[in-house]
Amino acid sequence: MSALWPVLWPLLTATVMGLLWRHPVWHRWIGVGACFAHVFIAVHLMGEANGRGPVVTTLGGWKPPFGIVFVADRLGAAMVLVTAVIGFAIALSSVRGIDARREAFGYHPLVQTLLGGVCGAFLTGDFFNLYVWFEVMLVSSFVLLALGGERRQMAGALHYVSYNLVASATFLIGMGTLYGSIGTLNMADVAQRLPQANPAVAAVVVGLLTVAFGVKAAVFPLFTWLPASYHTPPTLVSALFAGLLTKVGVYALIRTTTLLGPDSAPWLPGVLVVVAVLSMGFGVLGAVAQDDFRRVLSLHIVSQIGYMLFGLALMTPLALAGAVYYVLHHILVKTNLFLIGGLAKRMCGTERLAGMGGLYRRSPGLSLLFLVPALSLAGLPPLSGFWAKLFVVRAGIEADAWAGVAVALACGLLTLFSMLKLWNEAFWKPAPQEPTEPLWTARRKWMAVPVALLAIGTVGFGLFAGPLFAFSERVAEELLRPETYVQAVLGGSK
Amino acid sequence: MSVLVVVLVGVLFAVAAYLMMRRSIVKLIFGLLLLGTSANLFIFVAARLVPGRPPIVAPGQSTLEPPFADPLGQALILTAIVISFGVLAFAMVLVKKTYQAIGDDDLDALDPVSREEEG
Repeated sequence: MSALWPVLWPLLTATVMGLLWRHPVWHRWIGVGACFAHVFIAVHLMGEANGRGPVVTTLGGWKPPFGIVFVADRLGAAMVLVTAVIGFAIALSSVRGIDARREAFGYHPLVQTLLGGVCGAFLTGDFFNLYVWFEVMLVSSFVLLALGGERRQMAGALHYVSYNLVASATFLIGMGTLYGSIGTLNMADVAQRLPQANPAVAAVVVGLLTVAFGVKAAVFPLFTWLPASYHTPPTLVSALFAGLLTKVGVYALIRTTTLLGPDSAPWLPGVLVVVAVLSMGFGVLGAVAQDDFRRVLSLHIVSQIGYMLFGLALMTPLALAGAVYYVLHHILVKTNLFLIGGLAKRMCGTERLAGMGGLYRRSPGLSLLFLVPALSLAGLPPLSGFWAKLFVVRAGIEADAWAGVAVALACGLLTLFSMLKLWNEAFWKPAPQEPTEPLWTARRKWMAVPVALLAIGTVGFGLFAGPLFAFSERVAEELLRPETYVQAVLGGSK
Repeated sequence: MSVLVVVLVGVLFAVAAYLMMRRSIVKLIFGLLLLGTSANLFIFVAARLVPGRPPIVAPGQSTLEPPFADPLGQALILTAIVISFGVLAFAMVLVKKTYQAIGDDDLDALDPVSREEEG
């Protein structure tokens, strides 16, 4: 199968929706159907990439390194698969979870273009094309963030847009330097040629790319756009962003670090360890200080990104496998937590923790659904977060990175503390005022379906940690031998 | 020639950074605009400036005689210009809406707004 399908499919869906612009109600079901099919496309691609090695698709018959190439190796295919699953959950939730005005202004097609951009970023094998997919994704997210035009949405969107535009410019400058020095932008070709370039230029290139991707991934100290914006749009939009957008940055960091890092920038892992430890610490400390459901969750993203980077920075097979497992687990869990946050907000009429309460007494079922991802995020066995943290921490111990390990464990404890704070405030304590309306309307019951599906997925991720980790190890193996990737892309043309 | 463009790029970056650090929202957008432009010019000069040598194969020959101007760098810039045009058009509308919503051109007025509860 062509590695282009997972990218083209959502864009095609968006086009169909655009043709049916006057019927936003149809968009809902087209979205659900298309996202369901997207999952199957992703599974198929995954099967091929896992069974026969990287799937390479050249565009327009131009042989790499001259043309743009799409590469689905295990990492790319796995990321696309999780993206498709999240897309399906969001589409299902969007059937009843979004107001008519936002639907009329193209909410559903924008979700599809966002998914297309994200999948494009995961599969492309060309730096400039990566920039283009970043922009596709960003423009969709800009509009989704500002759609609705509430005061605080405008404020959040301005922070988000300006920070990300600066990151895009940084990426462009990095690419200009890259092209000026070695005359190629194909990732595999760059991996081969950059080590022969002037080391100072190579350092500048890798540094600029790392900063640009660091902004997208929201690492310390480049994360400030995230807590400024993620709590402002409708919760469904936040859930989509929280699951996918920062992980595109992490993916790009994993890709560039493993492809270019060892030969062109030996200093990079050292920098990443420091950044990772600071992200873990500052993210979790920020989260502990918040008093708003979504703000707590937003800052936890920063902290969790730190764990993934810690795994990446150690660059051992175990650490890298742990980081990959962490990314996949975190996408499911974080999206689910935001979706539950949205339900809790509807039920309590507010997201301020002080104004929430009494949900456990009124709905033990929802409370259980909250506990699964919340405890998974905090890292309690046997849930997926426990395994993710275990692999990363164990890799840290094996690599003698004791300071990082200590911070990781302490941050795990603080994560548990702040998840318990959410539990105590929103679920356990009595409601500030006696509720009058019924808790479970038909709309809320519908919106609980994707939450339950993702919770089952999270439990499955924990129970089948063995096979999933074995897969992550194969991903890590592939990443640590970039020759495989380079060979798959350039093999024919050399 | 190259040196002149390099200096221009540097000055543009400096102006962009200065404008972005001002408190006015309008100046922020001007800063972003100049930042995008200077990044494009940077790629332009990084892909080498070769005046008067278009990449056209001379009649009777099968390959290009170096030095010639590299068209790929310019194609990259063209793509980047189109993208930044779209994004900045959106950003300007956003600034206008933000100004209408907040009633102030001061970035510091954003923070209390983003802390508000949804109404």
